[in-house]
Amino acid sequence: MYAWDTNEEYLFKAMVAFSMRKVPNREATEISHVLLCNVTQRVSFWFVVTDPSKNHTLPAVEVQSAIRMNRNRINNAFSLNDQTLEFLKIPSTLAPPTDPSVPIWIIIFGVIFCIVIVAITLLILSGIRQRRRKNKEPPEVDDTEDKCENMITVENGIPCDPLDMKGGHINEAFMTEDERLTPL
Amino acid sequence: MEKARPLWANPLQFVFACISYAVGLGNVWRFPYLCQMYGGGSFLVPYIIMLIVEGMPLLYLELAVGQRMRQGSIGAFRTISPYLSGVGVASVVVSFFLAMYYNVINAWAFWYLFHSFQDPLPWSVCPLNGNRTGYDEECEKASSTQYFWYRKTLNISPSIQENGSVQWEPALCLLLAWLVVYLCILRGTESTGKVVYFTASLPYCVLIIYLVRGLTLHGATNGLMYMFTPKMEQLANPKAWINAATQIFFSLGLGFGSLIAFASYNEPSSNCQKHAIIVSLINSSTSIFASIVTFSIYGFKATFNYENCLRKVSLLLTNTFDLEDGFLTASNLEQVKGYLASAYPSKYSEVFPHIKNCSLESELDTAVQGTGLAFIVYTEAIKNMEVSQLWSVLYFFMLLMLGIGSMLGNTAAILTPLTDSKIISSHLPKEAISGLVCLISCAIGMVFTTEAGNYWFDIFNDYAATLSLLLIVLVETIAVCYVYGLRRFESDLKAMTGRALSWYWKVMWAGVSPLLIVGLFVFYLSDYILTGTLKYQAWEASQGQLVTKDYPAYALAAIGLLVASSTMCIPLVALGIFVLRRLKTGDAAPVA
Repeated sequence: MYAWDTNEEYLFKAMVAFSMRKVPNREATEISHVLLCNVTQRVSFWFVVTDPSKNHTLPAVEVQSAIRMNRNRINNAFSLNDQTLEFLKIPSTLAPPTDPSVPIWIIIFGVIFCIVIVAITLLILSGIRQRRRKNKEPPEVDDTEDKCENMITVENGIPCDPLDMKGGHINEAFMTEDERLTPL
Repeated sequence: MEKARPLWANPLQFVFACISYAVGLGNVWRFPYLCQMYGGGSFLVPYIIMLIVEGMPLLYLELAVGQRMRQGSIGAFRTISPYLSGVGVASVVVSFFLAMYYNVINAWAFWYLFHSFQDPLPWSVCPLNGNRTGYDEECEKASSTQYFWYRKTLNISPSIQENGSVQWEPALCLLLAWLVVYLCILRGTESTGKVVYFTASLPYCVLIIYLVRGLTLHGATNGLMYMFTPKMEQLANPKAWINAATQIFFSLGLGFGSLIAFASYNEPSSNCQKHAIIVSLINSSTSIFASIVTFSIYGFKATFNYENCLRKVSLLLTNTFDLEDGFLTASNLEQVKGYLASAYPSKYSEVFPHIKNCSLESELDTAVQGTGLAFIVYTEAIKNMEVSQLWSVLYFFMLLMLGIGSMLGNTAAILTPLTDSKIISSHLPKEAISGLVCLISCAIGMVFTTEAGNYWFDIFNDYAATLSLLLIVLVETIAVCYVYGLRRFESDLKAMTGRALSWYWKVMWAGVSPLLIVGLFVFYLSDYILTGTLKYQAWEASQGQLVTKDYPAYALAAIGLLVASSTMCIPLVALGIFVLRRLKTGDAAPVA
């Protein structure tokens, strides 16, 4: 933050002169051509740009358009912005918010959408596979379960282990032979 | 061999499922509003009384019925009495209506969530008008958050008659919302049981984070003091008690059949009394907790707007009277205004109409509920916080968790009776049934994404469930206590859980709770009849605010149809079964 004094006024005159020099016909504008008046405590003032060769002040429209072109430079010279440095009757051109070519939300939507679809497909497929496995097993499982239940004998209140059905089907002696067979 | 009924993997999943279902958006956006309207801290008195007298007994009743009958709502009531299966059908119909419109809220939450990954947040700035000299007119008149909600999200039409077309952006979000729900319910309790761990606990994490952030915000204490200052005279206002009873009733989600469905997957021996008490207590404390968060956010927003208003007035006065920059502060504003009015009367009277009267109370007084609170007020507060993207993402993620948790219970209420029925489940696997239900609801839900969709949403929100649920729960209570028999039910429960039924529950079930529900029912009916034509709030783009309009005839007919289609199920199904039985006994009777 800085105090407003005559040096700042000088800088302001310089910026206005700079803006006018950028206009095609007005390259000869000097700082002395810019006049400030009615400076108040608020830091508000009137200013005009004179044309000494013709001895009149330049039309407001021309000055306004020149300042509009260089608004950014003027703001930056004073470390201010459009809200803190106000030119009455010069509306500021607002910067539009940047619009990326593909809106960001669609990208995120697409990602989540794909993840959900993949998850649903996986769950449905695993459900179908589980059901196919269940449909194949029931007749065999039911038979062995019935046999086991019939054969549980109880002696002294303690059930004896029934014969291990799998052990009866697989003969240990022939197990290694199976491994010698070359798998196709 | 009969297929065993799927069970929850452990009792914790069941409790989490109930909490996830009961703790929903209503706790966040309806309770704080009621608290504010009906006396702040003193509203807690009727609220807690109603919880003990109405909420806990009815919740226990529904859980006990589900656990005892081990079937969805239709099957459970058919077991009590075949004439009463209409109650179950009515529950399914109401749940179906709810499913259709509730998921639209999740769609909106997704929309806001996806838009939270931008800098600046899209609802914090107004878009520019045609020639880039100023902001869009509608946005100027309203605020940027209202503009984003009404124009960018809903693209709302000026009245319910102008239907407009389906907006593809919310339609896509709705589709995604239904896909996510389908993913969670696909495998029945197996998948739902795991999902509810997240949907029940994550909202609390976010609420705690928001509580810490909210309490440290500038101006939060203003909101909290405003809310919790008890206004004891409101205790004498009957509306406070009625709203407390209504809030407890709907917040627990009674009557939809979801609680019956969830409890039917329980082990018969689980202690549903303990679960009922835990769930209802957690539900109510979450409401109170959420309102602390909401009111600190309100306080922050109100203080921010108040200080903004003061700043604008100071700027205006400084510019008009060429005062030194920084001379006017909040404390000396009134003094200086008085001085200026006496020193420069003509100039002051010129500028006087433009000076707004800034008042913190009027900012706090804007009590909002529903989607307005969630999507307009909260977003306005969030855009003023630092790192607003993070807070926005957290907030809408929490809304999503709350919404999806409630949807899970909802769809369970529809699917459990369907999968229980032998006719349907023998033809289609449960994945296909869930898929069909989701597809149909999604297709009908596209109505809510049209330009007039929000007005239809309000119709469903206000009328689809209110009267019907009261009637359903009333018939439920009477069915269990008087048709099935309270003593028989008591002995069933004792045999099932091994615990005797306390006298308190018996008194509540048989007497107090039904009377309360009848009272509520009579109140609502008389309220609807006395108000005459129903009105709604329509968004007027040219003025940038809501205006009240009358519903057209066909909308009133739709409302009537909504209420009738669920309530009429009870007598119609009873009549139908009666007629069928008479026909059967008529056939079996020997010819004279």
